[in-house]
Amino acid sequence: MALLEVNNLQVSFVTRMGTNRAVDGISFSVETGKITAIIGESGSGKSVACYSMLGLIPQPPGRIDGGEALFEGRDLLQMSEAQLREIRGRDVAMIFQDPMTCLNPYMTIGKQLMEPLLYHKHVSKEQAKNRALELLEEVGIRDPESTFENFPHQFSGGMRQRVMIAMALINEPKLLIADEPTTALDVTIQAQILKLIADLQTKRDIGVIFISHDLAVVADIADQIIVMQQGKVVEGGDSQHIFHNAEHPYTRKLLAAIPAGSKTPMAGETRPLIQVRELCTWFEQGRHKEPVKAVNDVSFDINRGEVLGLVGESGSGKSTIGRSILRLVHVTSGSVTFDGTDVTRLEGGDLKNFRSRMQMIFQDPFASLNPRMTVFDTLAEPLLLHGIENRKTVASGVLKLMDDVGLARNFVRKYPHEFSGGQRQRIAIGRALATHPEFVVADEPVSALDVTIQAQILDLMQGLSREYGLTMLFVSHDLAVVRHLADRILVLYKGEVVEQGTGDDLFERPQQEYTRQLLQSIPGRALIA
Amino acid sequence: MWRFIGYRLLQAIPVILAVITVTFFLVRIAPGGPFDSEKAVMPEVKAALEAQYRLDQPLFSQYTAYLGDLARGEFGPSFKYPGRSVNELIGAGLPVTAELGFYALLVAVVIGGLAGVIASLKPNTAQDYIPMTAAMIGICMPSFLLGPLLVLVFGIHLDWLPVSGWGDIPGDKLLPSITLGSAYAAYIARLSRAGMLEVMSQDYIRTARAKGLPEWQVVTRHALRGGLIPVVAFLGPAFAGLLAGSFVVETIFQIPGLGRFYVQAAFNRDYTMILGTTVFLSTLIVLFNLLSDILAAWMNPRLRAQFGEQ
Amino acid sequence: MTTEVITDITEAEQGSSLWHDAWLRLRKNKLALFGGITLILFVIIAILTPWIAPYSYETQNLDLGATPPSAAHWLGTDIFGRDLLTQIMYGGRISLAVGFVATSVALIIGISWGAVAGYVGGRVDAAMMRFVDILYALPFMIFIVLLMVVFGRNILLLFLAIGAVEWLTMARIMRSQVQQLRQQEFVEAAISLGLPPSTIIRRHLIPNALGPIIVYTTLTIPSVMLLEAFLSFLGLGIQPPQTSWGLLISYGAETMEEFPWLLIFPGLALTLTLFSLNFLGDGLRDALDVRRSKD
Repeated sequence: MALLEVNNLQVSFVTRMGTNRAVDGISFSVETGKITAIIGESGSGKSVACYSMLGLIPQPPGRIDGGEALFEGRDLLQMSEAQLREIRGRDVAMIFQDPMTCLNPYMTIGKQLMEPLLYHKHVSKEQAKNRALELLEEVGIRDPESTFENFPHQFSGGMRQRVMIAMALINEPKLLIADEPTTALDVTIQAQILKLIADLQTKRDIGVIFISHDLAVVADIADQIIVMQQGKVVEGGDSQHIFHNAEHPYTRKLLAAIPAGSKTPMAGETRPLIQVRELCTWFEQGRHKEPVKAVNDVSFDINRGEVLGLVGESGSGKSTIGRSILRLVHVTSGSVTFDGTDVTRLEGGDLKNFRSRMQMIFQDPFASLNPRMTVFDTLAEPLLLHGIENRKTVASGVLKLMDDVGLARNFVRKYPHEFSGGQRQRIAIGRALATHPEFVVADEPVSALDVTIQAQILDLMQGLSREYGLTMLFVSHDLAVVRHLADRILVLYKGEVVEQGTGDDLFERPQQEYTRQLLQSIPGRALIA
Repeated sequence: MWRFIGYRLLQAIPVILAVITVTFFLVRIAPGGPFDSEKAVMPEVKAALEAQYRLDQPLFSQYTAYLGDLARGEFGPSFKYPGRSVNELIGAGLPVTAELGFYALLVAVVIGGLAGVIASLKPNTAQDYIPMTAAMIGICMPSFLLGPLLVLVFGIHLDWLPVSGWGDIPGDKLLPSITLGSAYAAYIARLSRAGMLEVMSQDYIRTARAKGLPEWQVVTRHALRGGLIPVVAFLGPAFAGLLAGSFVVETIFQIPGLGRFYVQAAFNRDYTMILGTTVFLSTLIVLFNLLSDILAAWMNPRLRAQFGEQ
Repeated sequence: MTTEVITDITEAEQGSSLWHDAWLRLRKNKLALFGGITLILFVIIAILTPWIAPYSYETQNLDLGATPPSAAHWLGTDIFGRDLLTQIMYGGRISLAVGFVATSVALIIGISWGAVAGYVGGRVDAAMMRFVDILYALPFMIFIVLLMVVFGRNILLLFLAIGAVEWLTMARIMRSQVQQLRQQEFVEAAISLGLPPSTIIRRHLIPNALGPIIVYTTLTIPSVMLLEAFLSFLGLGIQPPQTSWGLLISYGAETMEEFPWLLIFPGLALTLTLFSLNFLGDGLRDALDVRRSKD
């Protein structure tokens, strides 16, 4: 008998706007001793399905319309709230996406850890504490004894996720539901947490549901994979089967969206467009503190027509380098020469003229567009400002841009909130290209998007950069994406350049320990090779 | 944490000094000296009085002398009632006002807090609408209107409760306390509802539910602390408001407290009295603000740690 | 070519702006709508009072004295035989004027102060906000009482004094708005396009900061009116021969045992206005909340 057997589960959300069937008759099963991954993009219903079984979606607006969820043969959907509570945290435990917000900031981690044990097992405080310390040790928290009384903010993101895992396992549950547990983490930390989950699962021989939007993440750990799209299971089965013999077009699309291969580096003569020399960008921290050295003594060239990839984890200073070149942050020292002119010294009108030659595409398409301006206003602004079009011709200029980035012309009077993330990123790309810049900084332009949309936007950017003859600095935390797109790659660590070279150089012959570590951490390496 | 308290105390000192200075010079530059209204004062009598109140000295030395008095805890004599001092009046009025303020705060925190938390547990249902409508009425019904209305209904019409006094007849403390506290109960109800709703939507509440804790434990153990921090931070401003409100309530119910003395002094243009009481009340308010800030910061471990490090 | 393109644009689907969405949400909120309509009605009455008041403001009838509501005097008369409705209408002019004028004072000072502090940032911001912090800690209610005692009960001073208190919160709200918006990527995008700061403030910052400012303004007016009424009740605000709702309530409270209508009707006028403003403010807050728009 399967540990969890879900049959024809249906969940809706009832709002004033109407009823939305979030989970539309899905069936799957989870075996003891196996990791079952549920894969889907945002809105596919993957989380709602799991939360609803445990009574963790608010009702209303949520509503379970039918189906059954047999956990060890008992239907969770028929249980009272009190019966479900007995199961939650004892037989079925959960960990969540963002370890920053999932621990109570007002309570010591020790108290939070012991809570499920004290509530479900009625042990003494002494016993609970000993058990909690054992688990902290097991999940790799150094010196649990002295950190027991600490508050969550005193831990890093990865450490908090370890605490969450310890808390979930403290009652030795039979099923662990992990909802995007590594999405908010840096890639090296992600690799550690994935390994930890896999190790603990094997050791305890329990069932795990691993919810993720990213097939690559689960490639190394999942035994079973279920692919969901718009509330339905489109394909499910053995992990090997999904990765090698996927049948459903959507699954294939997801697989195709995983960036693979290395770009062939630009051939021919190389003339630098941008020369960065000894660039330092420090942020003051108040009078008595050391400044944060976000970028520290960095030098490199970007050649004309080249895509230079900049990879690093959070805090490596990769975004700050892009912003320093564009003069969006104050540069502490060093120089950035653009086509022979030092842009760090430009002021006033000269700076304005240079700005039209260098543009930026931002990470978050929800924040990078003014919510109170229509597409027309957003795209017309740069055209008019730099005199590329006049009042009479601006409409045709705007429509031309919309054609270029693949937006339907009749959306021109719409506002940002009326678009999806991918469409918004197209608008943002259109705005950046409006002034016909020679150089574009793309700061994690796809990391906020669903995987299939990511692939579309990356294709669009590649096409446009050829068409417009762009030189590009492509900033990303994702090595696979950068390798796929960039001619050369710079690896950053704590504000300094650790290593640089072509994609193949770095992937095949990494010279530095940190680069090796980064490469080791890429999830599903087998898939992208 | 101690550093934080020390830092905030240091911050309070210039504020209190500013209050004293501004009040002192405002009162001194007031058009018409304190004895100008008494028409029949002989010149030599006036001179003697001015000497007694140091009015014959240069303004700045009056100021430094006054600071010296304050440092010794002397708030100065009354202009209008020779022989009585501000200290005596404070001594007589403060216990009454403090008791009234305490009951009013109790009404505000207990009723307001409960109503807010209860409303937040089932948003957009009757359990939410009823207390929140009551809170809205409380906010729109100022004490100087509510007081007379309560007197009219419970004091005169129904004749259940006494209409004035403090501690003379049993039950005479009820109406003033409710009158003074109700508006703040309403504010606290709205604040605690908003705070609780905010916290209840946080991810860590979902974590608590996923542990299988019953809902009342989720609320009491995990939500209450974060949800009520805004209320604690509001206690300082609420205290200042209660003091000002006591002017009205003590006037309506004829309660011999500081508030009524202050209003009387204002009408009598009793300058030293106003000066002394303003300085005293302001200091009290600044200290109370400090207290509620410290309490709110102490409830938040992140802030606590931040100031501990510095 | 050009003409074809332009028809293209005019034929394009009309988008729905956040303001439009907010209006649709506000329209569904019955209480807020009721508040808005009542408020507009009161303002119109206040403006037209000299022409539509049933009696002249000075008319007394000592022989008549205080009478309960009747056909001749819909809301009754006071102890001097003055028509209460007329009194309330004229009092409303002052009460509403104090509310709107003092709020405008607060709005102008607060927005400029907060916008400059938030936009310039750094040491200037620190100094400007420290100043606000210090003023915040001052017990203003007591200061206003003191001001009114010292300088006499002057309506202009009342406007200034109340405005001077309320601008502090306005400045804080505006600053946090500007600071938040400045870090938004669309403002960075505007900077990298080379837009001058004045255009960035006009096109990108102000329209996005407007929501909270509107909401807070709506909620400041009632608190200002309360403050005026409070002072007038104590006899420290509006002075006869002028009148305001606070003053009328204070008179009403003195004689409520015999003539309760003198307390109830002015109280009703004040409460109804405060209700309207608060409901409207709450409704606007819900309607303008950008986070709730459809994304």
